[in-house]
Amino acid sequence: MAFSINDACVNCWACLPLCPSNAISANLDGAAHFRIDSSKCTECEGDYADPQCAAICPIEGAILNAAGEALNLPGSLTGIPPERLEEAMTEIQAR
Amino acid sequence: MELKVLGQAKPGSSASANEGGCSKSACGSTSDQMMHLPEHIRDKVRNHPCYSEDAHHYYARMHVAVAPACNIQCHYCNRKYDCANESRPGVVSELLTPDQAVKKVIAVAAKIPQMTVLGIAGPGDPLANPERTFETFRQLTEKAPDIKLCVSTNGLSLPQQIDELCKHNIDHVTITINCVDPEIGARIYPWVFWENRRVRGAKGAKILIDQQQKGLEMLIERGILVKVNSVMIPGVNDKHLVEVSKIVKSKGAFLHNVMPLIAEAEHGTFYGVMGQRSPTAGELTELQDACAGDMNMMRHCRQCRADAVGMLGEDRGAEFTLDKVEAMDIDYAAAMTKRAEIHAQIEAHRAEKKREADAEAAANLTANPTANLLGDLPGDLRPVLMAVATRGHGIVNEHFGHAKEFLVYEASPSGVRFIGCRRAAQYCSGDDTCGEGESKLDTIIRSLEGCEAVICSKIGYAPWERLEAAGIAPNGEYAMEPIEEAVAGVYREMFVAGHLSKAGGELRA
Repeated sequence: MAFSINDACVNCWACLPLCPSNAISANLDGAAHFRIDSSKCTECEGDYADPQCAAICPIEGAILNAAGEALNLPGSLTGIPPERLEEAMTEIQAR
Repeated sequence: MELKVLGQAKPGSSASANEGGCSKSACGSTSDQMMHLPEHIRDKVRNHPCYSEDAHHYYARMHVAVAPACNIQCHYCNRKYDCANESRPGVVSELLTPDQAVKKVIAVAAKIPQMTVLGIAGPGDPLANPERTFETFRQLTEKAPDIKLCVSTNGLSLPQQIDELCKHNIDHVTITINCVDPEIGARIYPWVFWENRRVRGAKGAKILIDQQQKGLEMLIERGILVKVNSVMIPGVNDKHLVEVSKIVKSKGAFLHNVMPLIAEAEHGTFYGVMGQRSPTAGELTELQDACAGDMNMMRHCRQCRADAVGMLGEDRGAEFTLDKVEAMDIDYAAAMTKRAEIHAQIEAHRAEKKREADAEAAANLTANPTANLLGDLPGDLRPVLMAVATRGHGIVNEHFGHAKEFLVYEASPSGVRFIGCRRAAQYCSGDDTCGEGESKLDTIIRSLEGCEAVICSKIGYAPWERLEAAGIAPNGEYAMEPIEEAVAGVYREMFVAGHLSKAGGELRA
């Protein structure tokens, strides 16, 4: 049971200091993005109600659960669900 | 140079026409925008290049990028880059550890003895990285106690961090406050990270607003100066910022800096991608004027980057990369002594300038009691914006082609007043072409939108023609003259030529 970070990660550092298991490492030693050490990750079980990295990550789809599914789905962080995107764009462009 | 900003009266009102004080650029005693501040505040900001238009010609500041993480999302920010409010969007700063940052600051302060201020503004939020931010401050308070420390924050963690923050050599804090209404906030901030959870929409915005206001009150209670930054977003918070300005002023913020939203699709921000527009220069000025009745407005902000080094509007960061800093051998004590000497020389020079200016102002006051260079013109002439190329000291002394920025002034029968600063080649690398085949000159002309004249010490034939074609009259007749007199002179020429009647109206002489 462990989360992972994919290459959508923008190396913003927000997750790193929050991890209760110190499982996250920065983009050091040539790594293109932040990574989760699967041997350390507990998915915050017993520490927090919400897994901390997924709760602060600003990029939809960058953090995956053990099954490889995105924890932050499209539209969940912009507040605009994909089916409303066009409507929202029209509204914003009319400002 | 000092810039005249009407602090308490709306433009065109009878109060502004008769407002006392000297309108001369060279007058340091009455025309600096800081003049509206109580003495104890002025003492704290007079050597701060970001707060005093005069000081920025003498003193340098730097930012160090030690704070990468952020605890909120702003729709004008792409977290791949630095905080878009506290630096130019689309920029990635070199992230430093606290030890590296301290080395860099000590090196810069030794090589650029005009340095007075060190700020931490990102690339994320300084208070979302308390250990890195405070370790940097702690070491600097010890090693360079003469350097003032500054922090810029979104305010979410401010109440929790305030006691630690106040332990350091901090005189001022900047809080970015874009709204006081959670419904408006929900259209700017999609979520905040609060008490280990992501809180979305108006509920999240309300938490942020409450923390910002509480943080503002706590800072004022502790005697720390607070500047408020706001990003003007058309159709979202543009009208609302007038109320924000009133509230933060009533709570004791000393300065309000309303900045235009920058939203380009290529920066990858939500607003950029969705097509949210930026305000026009005219809309920005109108809002700044509407807020100015309640607040000292800041109009010379250059929106510099999170790792900027040097005088305002310049960046000498390339001289101080980590490997170069590592190779420097710095004598702390000698550097601090040198800084004290240089600062004393600067202050002696400024005091001398002020004495000259006061004498000149006194002489002018006898000749013209209202100190309004245009007070004799009919009151119903339309106001005109003009751009001035200057290297400072209140005079027209820069070639058009060398200008990195233009100062915009408004002339009207009420007088001449400073409106703001326009970057000549904002986001342009300085190449011949910029963006989609747009030439540098096109970019400059676009940045001068709304201006009817550009006053400079000299201008070439090619740009002259292009400016005229764009409806902007170039003028090189006022080289080395005081800016206000030049602007007033051009306005007077426009009046004589019959260019100043209201649209469609007749001149009433």
